[in-house]
Amino acid sequence: MKILVCISHVPDTTSKINFTEGDTKFDTNGVQFVINPNDEFGLTRAMWFKEKQGAQVTVINVGGPETEPTLRKALAIGADGAIRVNTPATDGFSVAKQLAHVAKDGGYDLVIAGRESIDYNGGMVPGMIAGLTNANFVNNCINLEIEGNAATAIREIDGGKETLSTSLPLVIGGQKGLVEESDLRIPNMRGIMMARQKPLTVLDPVDSANETASVKFEKPAAKGAVKLVAPDNLDELVSLLHNEAKVI
Amino acid sequence: MSVLVYTESDQGKFKKVAFEVASYAKAVADQLGTTVTAITINATNISELGNYGVDKVLNVSNPQLDVFNAKGYAEAIQQAAEKEAAKVIIVSSSANSKYLAPLLAVGLNAGYASNVIEAPSSTEPFTVKRTAFTNKAFEMTAINTDTKIVGVSNNSFGLVEKSGSASAEDFSPSISDLAVKVESVDKASNQVSIADAEIVVSGGRGLKGPENWGMIEELASVLGAATACSKPVSDLGWRPHSEHVGQTGKPVASNLYIAIGISGAIQHLAGINASKVKVVINTDPEAPFFKAADYGVVGDAFTVVPQLIEKLKAFKAQQ
Repeated sequence: MKILVCISHVPDTTSKINFTEGDTKFDTNGVQFVINPNDEFGLTRAMWFKEKQGAQVTVINVGGPETEPTLRKALAIGADGAIRVNTPATDGFSVAKQLAHVAKDGGYDLVIAGRESIDYNGGMVPGMIAGLTNANFVNNCINLEIEGNAATAIREIDGGKETLSTSLPLVIGGQKGLVEESDLRIPNMRGIMMARQKPLTVLDPVDSANETASVKFEKPAAKGAVKLVAPDNLDELVSLLHNEAKVI
Repeated sequence: MSVLVYTESDQGKFKKVAFEVASYAKAVADQLGTTVTAITINATNISELGNYGVDKVLNVSNPQLDVFNAKGYAEAIQQAAEKEAAKVIIVSSSANSKYLAPLLAVGLNAGYASNVIEAPSSTEPFTVKRTAFTNKAFEMTAINTDTKIVGVSNNSFGLVEKSGSASAEDFSPSISDLAVKVESVDKASNQVSIADAEIVVSGGRGLKGPENWGMIEELASVLGAATACSKPVSDLGWRPHSEHVGQTGKPVASNLYIAIGISGAIQHLAGINASKVKVVINTDPEAPFFKAADYGVVGDAFTVVPQLIEKLKAFKAQQ
């Protein structure tokens, strides 16, 4: 089984978010970049398929050379090879077209992507890859088993979950649950050394127009001070929620 | 050229988000000087949509679509868009709509903007405001394609009632063989889901252990709320993952969010920031949550929460 794991290069979850150039660009100054958490759950599940079922795992990112340390980290975790499509990741649809092209060209059986990146939160790349490559698709995937050509997946739905059966080729939009937080791997020294020897192929992008464009960013307005209510005066809290906030 | 909106139903009944996206579609149609067509799949009471600005309903009745299937539903909506020559398609941010929207975007070669919170600020170029960086920022996004898909964030635009009526027409799209099959569904029917809840009551590590969740559940039941938890609580296995809210968990956009024993890490606050009113109950007055909340109680959850339950019961009894 050939698995392609899509890796988005995103600001660490604790990052303060700022913008530059008249609020049109994300300010990367002082920001630590990591593997998108939803992608990391998928990568870790892919490692399980590699170790238990002999899958071959390639990681891929669409972006400039600055994203390579994130791909190297994925190689250190255990991926066999990496691909970087050399073009800035500007909108979800065009990123999906780049990824779909590689997925199809490389004959991958399973494409694992995160349900969304934690920076732009588009939530469209996995579904679009499936649509573009005519593969089956499971979003919000919290469990995946593959047996030969058959796949069983669990999808989180609003208020519960459902079990789905389908077949390869398959694309999933993964999230926590594919593996547990405690299953995530921190690269060890041997992994980091080996990662240096593994292939990182840089591909030229295929032609693709941008379907959407980021025009400007805004930060939420500063919040007013909290109204404190004494713990022995909860009638006041009930009254504030009813009369002032009008939420109960 | 009408605006097409997919109005979701569950067991035939419209979900609240169906009326919210219909209200949004009406606002867009007014800006474009056109009408609103809704597509419903196995829904009953379709006349309700007229109260939210829908002019015409394409009503699909197809047993093949009794259970949600992203590909099948996307095919139906795509054919409705083509029939109506719709250039703007509106969907919600439910798990199902977010599942089908990218497939629909590929089918229609349409640009798609998700998590949109306001009516377009301009229709030429077509520009919408959406949340990004998990509610830490807003992004103005222009959709440049001929056909556009807008995913409206839950509980952002609200319901706008109109006095009107919708005409109904049966619509029979052709659906291909569906290669993803639902084998079983595990859904608590008597509980409010976090996605649909108006009020969410959430517990953190300050509650010291899963055995103390009784009061969280009781508070939620008094308020008709959904229960949620912070990331450490789900990682420790005190509560199921499905309750984890925050940056890597579920987003919350309720009217009221009550955080109990949650310090308010930046990742947690990002995930719940779209909630309109936030209340924090915590022993530590320095907890970061107090900076993000509207109302706060500095006190021990084990004494405050049981008292609050009694006060709310008395309040509800009066109403």
